[in-house]
Amino acid sequence: MDPVIELEDLSVRFGRLEALKSISGAFSGRAIGLLGPNGAGKTTLIHTLLGFYKPATGKGRIFGKDIREQDKAARSLIGYMPERDSFVAGMTAVKFIRLMAELSGLPPSEALERTHEALYYVGLGEARYRKLETYSLGMKQLAKLAQALVHGPKLLFLDEPTNGLDPPARERMIHLIKDIRDTGEVHVVLSSHLLRDVEECCEEVMILKEGALVYYKNLEEERRTNRKFLELEIRGDRERYVEGVRGLGCECALHDKRAIKVVLPPERTIRELYRLASEQQVQIRHLDYKKDSLQDIFLKAMEQPVGGGNGSL
Amino acid sequence: MAVYERSYKRYAGDLSPQWSRFSVLPRYVYQDIFRSKFFLAFLILSLIYPLVCGAVIYLRHNAEVLEAIDVRIAEIFAIDASFFSQLMFVQIWFAFFVALFIGPGLVSKDLANNGLPLYLSRPFSRAEYVMGKFSVLAILLSLITWVPGLVLYALQSGYAGLSWATSNARIALTIFLGSWVWITVVSLMALALSAWVKWRPVAGFLMFMILLGGGFFQVIVNGLFRTEWGDLANLMRDVWIIWLGLIGEPGPGTPVWAAWLAVLAFVCLCIYMLNRKIRAYEVVS
Repeated sequence: MDPVIELEDLSVRFGRLEALKSISGAFSGRAIGLLGPNGAGKTTLIHTLLGFYKPATGKGRIFGKDIREQDKAARSLIGYMPERDSFVAGMTAVKFIRLMAELSGLPPSEALERTHEALYYVGLGEARYRKLETYSLGMKQLAKLAQALVHGPKLLFLDEPTNGLDPPARERMIHLIKDIRDTGEVHVVLSSHLLRDVEECCEEVMILKEGALVYYKNLEEERRTNRKFLELEIRGDRERYVEGVRGLGCECALHDKRAIKVVLPPERTIRELYRLASEQQVQIRHLDYKKDSLQDIFLKAMEQPVGGGNGSL
Repeated sequence: MAVYERSYKRYAGDLSPQWSRFSVLPRYVYQDIFRSKFFLAFLILSLIYPLVCGAVIYLRHNAEVLEAIDVRIAEIFAIDASFFSQLMFVQIWFAFFVALFIGPGLVSKDLANNGLPLYLSRPFSRAEYVMGKFSVLAILLSLITWVPGLVLYALQSGYAGLSWATSNARIALTIFLGSWVWITVVSLMALALSAWVKWRPVAGFLMFMILLGGGFFQVIVNGLFRTEWGDLANLMRDVWIIWLGLIGEPGPGTPVWAAWLAVLAFVCLCIYMLNRKIRAYEVVS
């Protein structure tokens, strides 16, 4: 598949602050999650791709269009739902979204038709003649989604789309994002600090830390190849037991004060772990099969040292 | 994406030409402002004086009607540069009040609720945004200033003949250029203040003060430094001097080139102010 977003050594500076640090990579997923703690550079990356900030070094391309030299051509393929409240006061939803559609190049009659469709699609059909400032937070989020969709983009940037939503509204937003993704007509980049949102909607994930890309993988592939491991909770001399487990040829990591993560080689069985525990008079209080969750992946990525990102770990 | 289907579909139809996109903004603004009966009444009022002038030109060339009742209009009204200067002096004030009514809300509404990122995330540049907002005022102010001015010039030329038109071509040029100087100054000032001052009444008050307060500033500078260069701080006077220079009449002390420079500096300042504010997001380094 041709890359949706290509980055070549992309850096952005605000004065002395390096907000994005030499990010490189080709991203082609149908739904890409953009994760990172606050201040990691998620929104800055989106804004740079939209042409709001000028890169200090490097290049970016969206569907092959350079974000600096072919900025309008690139932006004509994008729909953007910003994180903060964004609307024009005094306008009804219909008028506002029609204006946005016309600015994207739709002729007035088509713009009006698609405005009604977009508002019905996101569930604001009945409230479409109300002024935007009278909308609740959830409705404003949906209106922002409608304006991002109205001109039929190929790539949708959603910046924290579930921010401030109550659980039913969040469910509705997630359902819409999945529905949009599943049409196969648009690629979605979902920026969020909520791992659950990304886990539910995205098949690929990019993790940013301090402006650098520290992880980019296909979640599905990662889940498939992700080895199962055992999580043990023990009482007794933990370090001696870990040494013994390693002596059996198992990979072993200390998880927290009591838990140990163990990857068993094929020739070993759980019985041998129990036998070792018995020999060392260690109690195994809990034993369970686990797989790395997105949270584990995220936490692992956060432990990575920040260097030049290359699109994968 | 039909309403009944409720599923997402890409748009594959025709797109409007890129060069015409800025014109979307005035269309939407006019829908709003023409709902105001007050504004509509004011706009009609602003066209009454040109109508009166049109009637004078008509009567000047159909004097036999009035001569019948022993009124010699040709002796009362001469259709010359002064006649058109008088007309434009009245019209630029109407233009200013129209700009005062519309201008302060043009950009501030978008900035107040972070609307700019939505405009600028589309194939629509900052320059097109400013051009779109500028054209809102430029079109309306043109309707009040140079359009009626040139219509009256054409009417007079029609009655007086080609020789009058060619010998007074400078009047037409002055009406057009002089009006555009005023339109540019007033429109950019309104946009710049609208971008920097979110509260409409304050932005309107500042517009008023920049035009009228320039006179006070002029007196203070001239008094303090015993010079006449303080005149340049008075924008109204600068535009008037440019007008006199264009029409070929002698102006007061300040040279015409200095008035042009003062107006150009003010226009550059407004563009700089707009450039600072018309951004999707402000970056604080």
